[in-house]
Amino acid sequence: MTKFVKGNEAIVIGALYAGCDLYFGYPITPASEIAHGAAKWFPQLGRTFVQAECETASVNMMFGAAAAGKLCMTATSGPGFSLMQEGLSYLAGAELPAVIVNVNRAGPGLGNVYPEQSDYTPAVKGGGHGNYQTFTLAPASAQEMCDLTIKAFQMAAKWRTPAVVFADGLQGQMMETVKLPDAELPRPDFSDWAAQGEPKTRQNLVKSIFLDAAAQEVFNDHLQRKYENMASDAMAETYLADDADLLIVAFGIASRIARTTAETLRGMGLKAGVFRPITLNPFPRRQLAEAVGRNRSPSAPMKIMTIELDAGQFADDVRLNLAKAGLGAESANVMMIHRMGGQVVSVDETVAAAKKLMGE
Amino acid sequence: MKTIEQKGMYPEFPRCGKEHARTTHYCPGCGHGIVNKLVAEACAELGLQDRTIFVDPVGCGVFTYYYWDAAHVSAAHGRASAAATGISRARPDAVTIAYQGDGDLGAIGFNNAFQAASRGEKFGCIFINNSLYGMTGGQMAPTTLEGEKTTTTPFGRDPALTGHPLHVCEVFNQLQAPVYIARVSVADTKRIMQCKLAIKRLFEIQRDHKGYAFLEILAPCPTNFGMNPLKAAEFCMREMEKEFPLKTFRDETLVHDEVVQGMPVKPDVIASEYLAVKPVPQFKDCMALFGMPDGTEAPMAEDDPSVPERRFKFAGYGGQGILSLGICVAEAARLEKRHALWFPSYGPEQRGGSANCSVVYSGMPIGSPTVEHPDVLVCMNRPSYDRFVGDVKKGGVVIVDSTVGEVAPPPEGVRLIKVPAIELAEKFGVPKAANTMMLAALRKYKVTGIDDKDLETALVASFKKKPQLVDKNRDLLRRAEATFK
Repeated sequence: MTKFVKGNEAIVIGALYAGCDLYFGYPITPASEIAHGAAKWFPQLGRTFVQAECETASVNMMFGAAAAGKLCMTATSGPGFSLMQEGLSYLAGAELPAVIVNVNRAGPGLGNVYPEQSDYTPAVKGGGHGNYQTFTLAPASAQEMCDLTIKAFQMAAKWRTPAVVFADGLQGQMMETVKLPDAELPRPDFSDWAAQGEPKTRQNLVKSIFLDAAAQEVFNDHLQRKYENMASDAMAETYLADDADLLIVAFGIASRIARTTAETLRGMGLKAGVFRPITLNPFPRRQLAEAVGRNRSPSAPMKIMTIELDAGQFADDVRLNLAKAGLGAESANVMMIHRMGGQVVSVDETVAAAKKLMGE
Repeated sequence: MKTIEQKGMYPEFPRCGKEHARTTHYCPGCGHGIVNKLVAEACAELGLQDRTIFVDPVGCGVFTYYYWDAAHVSAAHGRASAAATGISRARPDAVTIAYQGDGDLGAIGFNNAFQAASRGEKFGCIFINNSLYGMTGGQMAPTTLEGEKTTTTPFGRDPALTGHPLHVCEVFNQLQAPVYIARVSVADTKRIMQCKLAIKRLFEIQRDHKGYAFLEILAPCPTNFGMNPLKAAEFCMREMEKEFPLKTFRDETLVHDEVVQGMPVKPDVIASEYLAVKPVPQFKDCMALFGMPDGTEAPMAEDDPSVPERRFKFAGYGGQGILSLGICVAEAARLEKRHALWFPSYGPEQRGGSANCSVVYSGMPIGSPTVEHPDVLVCMNRPSYDRFVGDVKKGGVVIVDSTVGEVAPPPEGVRLIKVPAIELAEKFGVPKAANTMMLAALRKYKVTGIDDKDLETALVASFKKKPQLVDKNRDLLRRAEATFK
């Protein structure tokens, strides 16, 4: 069964199949279709849609619903995502599963409603206070807006962590074919820790406070170990990368531009390939190192170019992960091509930059 | 030492970090200590401990989870009412009680509490008003009395600079949804007895799912008042009650209790929820919800490297059906098992009159979705032509509505076709169908690379919700095509 839908609608469809029971949200362009879809479809399936008074309320309503042991979500864009950061820290601090969709628009401040990836740092590194992270997925098509939303719920439940679906305005508005999942996922059982208003959960306590410094440190250690273990669920994809002389690294909508760039370069006889992180946190470091290592010549570092719609936050993360993977020479030579302000990088620009980098 | 079992409380408080602790963290004479006891008693006496979920605030009440024997959720500062909203929506059968102070509820979280009350969320909210911030060191609260000295009003609260005390009950009493609003006190024995009854009422309302209930409790804070407990209680009764009179502002449950036990308060509004036996929606109904299946859905794309990629740009004024024309072409390509995408210009410009959308289809998965160099440009107006014509790929086609008049020629190697779409639509008596006229032109001049039949099927499918227009548009399509050379 297929449906031609906007990426934003695909997210709602994914949430329904994932077993999300509650949606809390405040409208914001270019994410509003998610609220519209949830308002239309959730109640008809006996689920709950609440239009909150602000994003601070949305995220704290999620805190309550997640603490009560139900799968829940919200969707927003930049300014709303900023408002939710405190709540994300609380969700992480109380180890609550919840899904937050950020359909990134241009900033800072009010900015505009066109696509950027500029919320990279708060979306990937944990933008609120304290030593926490989120599980962050970056879809690159309407199909993935659906599928990775489902994955986000699974990862949120598995790791007891807030999960972020990090998209952008273009993907939110773009229609593509989505193959609907075969079946709804079963609801996870959280009764061993959630406050469900039932006899068996009467002694459960959901909190993020540890008044004692030693206990707070133990909890922080536990969180950090959890984040390290999340690496086992890192996801990435390569395209034409097996014999590539140039590896283009990009995520989300930029990875689509990377794909066309690589195809165009191949058409010119230049061996370019694409590495696309599907999870941004955990970052697929091992997979990136493998993609680089495969084609690394002993004499010179492999040429790496990122394509991104931010100021270089992603490129810095690529550099960091290459360095941590022992690929210091590559790390020092990552080149970036990017646009900001809601402008999308054109294939003309990326091809020209890649040709220059490849010495053509 | 003999210990006395306290109803609704844990016999010992190990959650505070000391294994056999028996004392609370509250200062002597603190109103919280009394209210904590009353809340625990009420919850236990009504047999609600298994069903109750307490939402703990940030403030002096933060540690109620040490004491009350029921499930707890510790919320962010000011957000207990938002969290309680989430809990009560997720667990409608639970008894959800938010416990908040006057910094938490009156200041940082006022709007969350107010909006929850306005929506009539199904939880009870206990609001402790001690006229200042206790935990952070006695600073001014919205409820601080005029002239009252606090650590941030060391010369007394000056209304000219800091406003007047906030009357939360009186504000909430302007709302329609709450079923119970009252202000009580715990400053002396008589008041404590009244407070106990009010707290029980709050729990009963939640037990019976009657709606939102709000209880403000005036409480002494001897430490931050800088008084001994007796003087603090006296201040509470003498000064605070002058500003905040004790009163049951509203108890709509009483009237209806006598009529039907357990019935909702406003029968006309919510009775249907209780009386109607609604079928539980089944997930398989999802398909019907999404408007599927009705036989018109396209198949999944199949990779076919022999089919080249084609990129389209459709542009015109809003209301000319430009966006739906683009969707129609994308849907037609989907019927041929092509990979396809569509995206609109969006944001303020779509409200400013001009609209455009991009369509790409291909035999292979599509990379970049942006249409920088269209193979086909369709323009319904002059500004769109001027804006996009220079981008068209060599060998491409531009189809424009004749109303553009004399225009600069397209780039070399680009074919320009003028079509009287708007004029034809008006002539046929359906001015809104100019986009169908354009579709006819796309078919006639064979510029899409898509089969005529599939374009027509997609057009028909686009009128799924207005079946009465299907035949009309099919007819228009034919008549328009017949007029084109």
